[in-house]
Amino acid sequence: MNSISTKYATLIAMVAVIVIAPMFFPSSFYYRIGALIFINGLAVMGLVVLIGYAGQVSLGHAGFVGIGAYAAALGPIYLGLPPVLGIVLGALISGSLAWLIGRPILRLRGHYLAVATLGVGILIYMVLNNEAQLTGGPDGMPVQAIGLKEFLKSIGYSVKGSVMWYWLAAIVLLVGAVIGLNLHDSPTGRALRSLHDSEIAARTVGIDVARYKLRAFVISAVYASVAGSQLALMNKFISPDVASFLHSVELVTMTVLGGASVIFGALVGATILTALPQVLTMFEDFEHVLLGLIMMLVMIFMRAGLVPSLIKLIRRLTK
Amino acid sequence: MKLKVHMKTATLALATTALAVLASPVLAEIKIGSTLAQTGPASFLGDPEAKTLRMLVDDLNANGGINGEQIKLIMYDDGADPNKARTFATRMVEDDEVVAVIAGSTTGATMAMIPVFEDAGVPFISLAGAAVIIDPVKKWVFKTPHTDTMACGKIYADMNKRGISKVGIISSSGGFGKSMRAQCMGLADASGIEIVADEVYGPKDADMTPQLTKIGNTAGIQAVIDTGFGQSAAIVARNFSQLQIDVPLYESHGVASKSFIDLAGDAANGVRLPASALLVAEILADDDPQKSVVVSYRDAYEAATGEPVSTFGGHAADAFNMMVAAIERAGPTDSAAIRDEIEKTTGFIGTGGEVNMGPNDHLGLDLSAFRMLEIKDGTWSIFE
Repeated sequence: MNSISTKYATLIAMVAVIVIAPMFFPSSFYYRIGALIFINGLAVMGLVVLIGYAGQVSLGHAGFVGIGAYAAALGPIYLGLPPVLGIVLGALISGSLAWLIGRPILRLRGHYLAVATLGVGILIYMVLNNEAQLTGGPDGMPVQAIGLKEFLKSIGYSVKGSVMWYWLAAIVLLVGAVIGLNLHDSPTGRALRSLHDSEIAARTVGIDVARYKLRAFVISAVYASVAGSQLALMNKFISPDVASFLHSVELVTMTVLGGASVIFGALVGATILTALPQVLTMFEDFEHVLLGLIMMLVMIFMRAGLVPSLIKLIRRLTK
Repeated sequence: MKLKVHMKTATLALATTALAVLASPVLAEIKIGSTLAQTGPASFLGDPEAKTLRMLVDDLNANGGINGEQIKLIMYDDGADPNKARTFATRMVEDDEVVAVIAGSTTGATMAMIPVFEDAGVPFISLAGAAVIIDPVKKWVFKTPHTDTMACGKIYADMNKRGISKVGIISSSGGFGKSMRAQCMGLADASGIEIVADEVYGPKDADMTPQLTKIGNTAGIQAVIDTGFGQSAAIVARNFSQLQIDVPLYESHGVASKSFIDLAGDAANGVRLPASALLVAEILADDDPQKSVVVSYRDAYEAATGEPVSTFGGHAADAFNMMVAAIERAGPTDSAAIRDEIEKTTGFIGTGGEVNMGPNDHLGLDLSAFRMLEIKDGTWSIFE
């Protein structure tokens, strides 16, 4: 009973945030920030499944974001795909790659797993950087537009690119949230959470630990890939920085900051790390110091992450 | 009654004064936007660029601004991340409503921002290197730094003068090295240069002896070009001298800093490279048209920051001075008119050379912008 209400509470809260926020936007720049938050939030949701549910760490997830981004960029050029299908192509490639490399590396635990995923991310980054004849190298490459804006204009509905992407990314984020929330209470989700607590105990009750870990890894890679594709299509330009190690760390930080165990934490974590730097620009030179300080304080006083800590606090106060 | 009138007058006067005080700074402010890689892996570019812009804006405002109107510089730090650069570009256009932009420390960041300024119709001067920024010409986009094509052209011109035609290239696989290698390969045929050897090293390699041995043993080789910069270029120069390869070594314009000579030590002697006039301000001839420009910028920058001058800050200075000149001619509010005036820039002497822009040329520099240098006794000397 409680879990059902959690699910709908999360979805209602998300829809409310998405619909109400634009009423306070003074310019279309804020729509872009919103769209970026939703796109990052989607990638972070994948990590919630991997880190929060299954308890596995990946330091290479930006690699999958990069694959999604470049699939959306290269698919139309080399395969003649419409850009939207590039999203599917990217998801397929990321999923298959995660499945292939996940089989051996998910046998590793703790630090070893982190290092192996780190290596995967860096390898993808290097390929994107070095295959310049294909990817344009470090200077990046342009990406075809999805053509939705032109379509909307042709039926007499003129809309700014950032506004359109705000709603598109919001819809994709909600779909991602529904899947993630359903997963939580599915047999797979329960298996993942049990192996999170104790792999040995999970194995004892008959859970194929390696298989479930692999499933979580593949799901999270697909989330990241779809996020990457959206980013490329929105920006109409992509460079290998999107797959860099720093971006991987950023995604994990968002996950942990928001609260790795809950889907809504993904949106909160993404919001903080995407919007806060924009707010902090007013402090100029102290921008990075303040960002670091805020993150440290959250981690010291709210170890479970923002959302779980706040929920706990509210429960305690209302009791 | 009389008191009342006095009160009224006084209130009115006070209100008018208050209004004037409040209103004047708002009316007379020209907003120029900028997002640079002040931190992160490209901060060696963005840091001097940002410091230069701040210094020049303060100077100009202290001296009365443009036609009496103050400049407000809106500055962001994108850490060379194209995605962040694009977000800040959107912010400058939509939220800050800047009239013109000087930004983009790296080619990636610049390319990510171009669609924003093209859509919004805001003139944009980029500080990044690659030729793709202005080739093909984009209506609202300009740039000030030399391109790597020009560096190759300058090296080839020097080779032609000295009867060198068979050349080996050793290039770093980093972005800069790879781009310059591609430009040098593309330009070779047209310049009558034959590339007889082509080797690659990683930007973090600690030893380039194998590649250089191979190049040195290539039959008929007359010169070697290295497209690296920073530490790797210094290692190439050291290995090159250890192997006693008996042909000239040409380095890229990327090594044109004192630290290259420090790192390469004695091996730096005899190395030739194209460089902008800024680095050799003190050895320029007194009648050189750039002399006064580069000396005054160098002195001002070093006095303001206490750091040695770099060409990157010079590119920002050129962009800013061109922008100011264009705003003076076009007025402070009309972005389209400012764009037109930037395009009409001719005979502008900057730290990078003489700029002559036009509808088909949004860079406006030619090969004369580079000086051919040779390192002699651990210091630069002009090698024409």
